[in-house]
Amino acid sequence: MPRGYWAAGLALLAVAVVLGVAGGAVSLSPAAVLAALAGRGDAPTLAIVRDLRLPRVALAALVGVALGGSGAALQGVLRNAFAEPYLLGVSGGAAVGAVLAVAAGLTAPAVLPLAAFAGAIGAAALVLAVARAAGGGADVRLLVTAGVVVGAFANAGVMVALANAPADQVRGALWWMMGSVAGAGWRQVAWLAGYAALALGALVLWARDVDALALGEEPAAALGVDVERAARRVFVAASLLAAASVAAAGLVGFVGLVVPHLARAAGARSHRALVPAAALAGASLVVLADLAARTARAPLELPLGAVTALVGVPFFLARLRGARG
Amino acid sequence: MTGRAAFGTPGGLAFDGVRVRYPRAARCALDGVSVAAPAGRVTAVAGPNGSGKSSLVRALLGRAPLLDGCITVGTAGGAAADARALDPAERARRVAVVPQREEPTFPLRVADYVALGRLPHAGRWGGPSRADRAAVRLALGEAGVADFAERMTDALSGGEWQRVRLARALAQDAPALVLDEPTTFLDVAHEMAVFELAARQAALGRAVLLVSHQLNLVARFADHLVLLHAGRVAAAGPPSAVMDGATLERVYGWPLVVTRDPAVGAPALVPLRRTGAASSRSLR
Repeated sequence: MPRGYWAAGLALLAVAVVLGVAGGAVSLSPAAVLAALAGRGDAPTLAIVRDLRLPRVALAALVGVALGGSGAALQGVLRNAFAEPYLLGVSGGAAVGAVLAVAAGLTAPAVLPLAAFAGAIGAAALVLAVARAAGGGADVRLLVTAGVVVGAFANAGVMVALANAPADQVRGALWWMMGSVAGAGWRQVAWLAGYAALALGALVLWARDVDALALGEEPAAALGVDVERAARRVFVAASLLAAASVAAAGLVGFVGLVVPHLARAAGARSHRALVPAAALAGASLVVLADLAARTARAPLELPLGAVTALVGVPFFLARLRGARG
Repeated sequence: MTGRAAFGTPGGLAFDGVRVRYPRAARCALDGVSVAAPAGRVTAVAGPNGSGKSSLVRALLGRAPLLDGCITVGTAGGAAADARALDPAERARRVAVVPQREEPTFPLRVADYVALGRLPHAGRWGGPSRADRAAVRLALGEAGVADFAERMTDALSGGEWQRVRLARALAQDAPALVLDEPTTFLDVAHEMAVFELAARQAALGRAVLLVSHQLNLVARFADHLVLLHAGRVAAAGPPSAVMDGATLERVYGWPLVVTRDPAVGAPALVPLRRTGAASSRSLR
């Protein structure tokens, strides 16, 4: 892993953060942003930066960290370059868990990720069971098909759960189903940071097992890895990452698909480097995607999940073409 | 020779009365099979497709349901232990296995791939130790792949890839080495190179277990040959004794003769053609 990657990645993230804080309904100059970040400037600018933009950018960055790390680990453990929490239906399951929790009145930023986590684990288990029953979890098409089917089922579940909800709540929930970091607060940021640090730390700790699992089940067993146990706990940590991001920002697809490829192309091969590298690239990607979401058609806001899908789907198709050739 | 004979052998590997049956399978894949692979020897397991050869390797790796019997792996120091009771990493320090199939989804540098063989020796944290680096360097040299250590695994020919996989197993630096069908899809030169490598490892004192359907090659390289048929041992002993025309014909279900290779004197199996009326009758 070249050191240059980390330097370039951090530099890109710094630029993305400054641009992310600068852009929006009230446009600020980068100089004003830097001054405000250092605590200088007039009161309205400081309020916009500290209370509105910065938590939003921080939440977007953490969503990218969580989705990038989750995608990198899932791709390794499933030996599938198309694995990512959204396409696998894991995020959809998390959304069902979160919507049910909200319907039951459990909206605390600490509790929502746990409900989403339960939904994510359920969906992950279901997708793997469906793919295995259909002939093997290592098959790209089967796994993605199973993920899409479970994701569609999860979507339907959410719609049914919302049928009795008041109209404004439905609007809010739909917006959330399309992904958004609008209205982010520092409490949300802190909770997502906590869950992401916990799960990412676990994934980095288990990264060597993922290196072995990426070779296949028998080679991993030959290298002394307890295959079932190792795969299960990596899956749980990756699902927790996806669930925490869904609880904070709704469904944001394709980030976990795109950034591990970028990190690999930059030379990250072992998962000890790949998981953090994908997390770093994910942070920049989602911050920039959120900037596009609120500036492309300002003053209207586009759903964040729509922006990442507009980037991710062509990427997915290009990769699919490459994988066949 | 039974499995027990190898129990005291330093670094030996022994299967004793192993019975394996997969869920929903009508019959046992292995039914009371004993194979001993002592240190310093090449032991071979051969047999037709479906005879249970690969189930033996899967049982060793804990990836096949063992109904009965015992699989023991020794250490260089001499203590033998039940493979099932061992921590998987400790098992991998005692026996290195090159499984049958492996297609890397994500290409790696050859040197990094071979370094994965140090996984059972590694702690959770920290980079490779001096011993790790030395073992990887030695393994790359032993397998003759040092020249392309910097290439990517998806840019190798079939023969190169197979030797790189062997290098990974050698980097494990275990007293026992198991190769499952190491020469499928390889041409003559690469096939011979792999078998020579296996023989050299035995000469260095390792216990080498070859699982292969290449009966003629196995007969030349193995000190001890175990012939499996439908999950049972059909014959076992020195290759010259096991390579018996009547036994092989029964096991393989095909007319054949066993000759002695005029150049090297090793027993060689030659399958016969079924011609004319006989062939159309038997195929009907």
